[in-house]
Amino acid sequence: MASYDIEEDLQEIETPVILFKNVSKEYQKGTQAIDDINFEIRKGEFVFIVGSSGSGKSTLIKLMLREILPTKGKVFVAGRELSRLKRWQVSKYRRTIGVVFQDFRLLQDRTVFENVAFAQRIIETPTKIIQRQTPKMLSIVGLSEKHKSYPKQLSGGEQQRVALARALVNNPVMLLADEPTGNLDPKNSWEIMHLLEEVNKRGTTVVVVTHNKEIVDAMQKRVITMKNGVLISDSKKGGYAHAKNSYVDL
Amino acid sequence: MQRIVTLIYSIKQGIKNIKRNRMFSIASIGTITTCLFLFGIFYCLLMNFQHLLLNAEKGVSVTVFFDENITDEEISAIGDKIRVRAEVSSYDYVSAQEAWEEYKATKLNPEQIASFGNDNPLENSAHYIVYLNDIELQDVLVRYLQSIPGVRQVNSSKAIADMFSGVNKGLAYGTGIIIAILLGVAIFLISTTVTMGVSVRRQEISIMKLIGATDFFIRAPFIVEGIIIGLVGAILPLGLLYFVYNKAIAYLMTGFNSPFGQTPLLKAGSVFSALIPISLAIGVGIGFLGSFMTLGKQLRKIN
Repeated sequence: MASYDIEEDLQEIETPVILFKNVSKEYQKGTQAIDDINFEIRKGEFVFIVGSSGSGKSTLIKLMLREILPTKGKVFVAGRELSRLKRWQVSKYRRTIGVVFQDFRLLQDRTVFENVAFAQRIIETPTKIIQRQTPKMLSIVGLSEKHKSYPKQLSGGEQQRVALARALVNNPVMLLADEPTGNLDPKNSWEIMHLLEEVNKRGTTVVVVTHNKEIVDAMQKRVITMKNGVLISDSKKGGYAHAKNSYVDL
Repeated sequence: MQRIVTLIYSIKQGIKNIKRNRMFSIASIGTITTCLFLFGIFYCLLMNFQHLLLNAEKGVSVTVFFDENITDEEISAIGDKIRVRAEVSSYDYVSAQEAWEEYKATKLNPEQIASFGNDNPLENSAHYIVYLNDIELQDVLVRYLQSIPGVRQVNSSKAIADMFSGVNKGLAYGTGIIIAILLGVAIFLISTTVTMGVSVRRQEISIMKLIGATDFFIRAPFIVEGIIIGLVGAILPLGLLYFVYNKAIAYLMTGFNSPFGQTPLLKAGSVFSALIPISLAIGVGIGFLGSFMTLGKQLRKIN
C-alpha cells in the first residue's frame, strides 16, 4: 500500500487547499447547521468567514478540522476527501493545520514554554529541536520574557499569543482561527490580527472565523459570509458590511 | 530514539496522573492490594493443602495379590510390568512370611500367636504394595493390574481416592471463583480511576487530538498509570504476605502440639517463587486491561 503523506500534498499542491462541494451538516437533533455549501480556498489566501451566531461558521471550522463529518457533500483538503481519512490518518492530517480558538485552550498546569513545546512533543519532534524552536516562536509572538509563566498569569491577549505560537510552531500549511479575538480588547485584537497577517505573508493559508466587523472591514481580505447555515456571499476583497448584503462570485 | 523519549514522557505523565487523581489512585491500589492479598492467602492455603494432600496420597496404595502356586519368577515379571507404568511412583514386595509377621505384630496377642504354632495362615498372601503418582489415576491402574495374568486380586480404596480428588477439585474451583470475583472488582476500580482521569483531563485530551496527537500518545500515560497502580497493588500484598506467612509457618511448625510436626508445611521460598510472578502478572495485567478497555470507550467521546 502506498504511504500517505498529506503534508507533502498540502505543500506541493497549488489549488485548492480547501474545497467544500455541496456540503450540508445536520446535527442529531435535526438542526440544519449548514446547507449546500460550496467554496474553495487556495494556497496562501487569507480568508474571513463571517456571520452572526448560529450562522454555521464554527461548523465550517469543525468540518475542516475533521472534528465532524458532513451529512451530505464532500470536504477536500489538498485533494483528499476528509471523510475518507482513516482514524490514524486524521491525527497526521491535523498536524498540518494550526488551530487557534476564542477560549485559547491552553494547558493550565503547564508554562508558556511547555504549552508550545507540547505541540512539538506530541508529533515526536526531537528534544533538541524543541529547545531551539520554542524560544524562537515565543520571540515571534513577543512572549520571550514570559516563557516561565502559567496561562493564568497572562492577559487574554498574551494567552492568545501563546495559542498562536503553539499553532505555528510545527510550521502548518494552513491556520484555522475560530474567533481568535472574541475574548480580547481592541488593542490585543489588532496585535493578534497583525500576527496572523505576518503568518499569511510567509505563505501560510489563514482562515479566520470572526464577527469583528471593524477588523474585517479594515483588513480588506476575502470574506465568506454565512447566514442561517447558507453561504450568502463570497467577496474577494471586501468588508463585513459589503459582503453582508450581496453575493459576489470570485 | 524518539520513541524512547516519548515513552519516558508517557511514564512521567502517567506518574503525574496518579498524583493528580491521588484519592482514586490510592483507592485502586488499596483494592488491588486487598484482592491480591486475599488471593495470596488462598494461594498459600491451597498450595499447603495440596502439599498435605500429596503427602496423604502417598500413603494410599493398591495391593496386588497373586494366584496360588505362582513362581517367584512370575511374581518378579509382574513387578517389572508394574514398575514401568506411568501411574506408579514406587512399589514394595511383601512376602507371605512378612505379611504374617506384620499381622501378628499389629493384630494378635501372644496367646493367639502361640495357637498358630509354625503355621502361616497367610500363605497365599504375598503381594505388591503399589504407590501412585496421582490418586486420580487409581482406576486406570487397577484395571490394568487386574488384566495381568497371575494376578488374583487387586485391593484399592476407591472412597479415599474419590475423597482426595473431590477435595482437590473443590479447592481449585472455589479458589478460581473467588479470584475471578476479586479480579473483576479490581478491574472495575481501575476502570473508574481511568475514567476519572480522562474526565479531569478532557480538555487536555481534546487539545491533544486537535493538534494531531496519535492515539498511542494519548493512551500511553493512562496505560502507564494503570500498570503502575497494578504493580504497586501487587508488590504491597506480596511484601505483607511474605512477612505474615513466615510468622505463621514459624508458629505452626514450632508451636506446642503442632499438628504439622509430621508433615511440614511449605517453606516461604517454594510458595513465593510462584506467587510473586503470578501476583505481579495479575497486578500488571488488570492494570493494563482496566485502563486499556476503558480508554477506548472514553476517548471516543472526546472529539
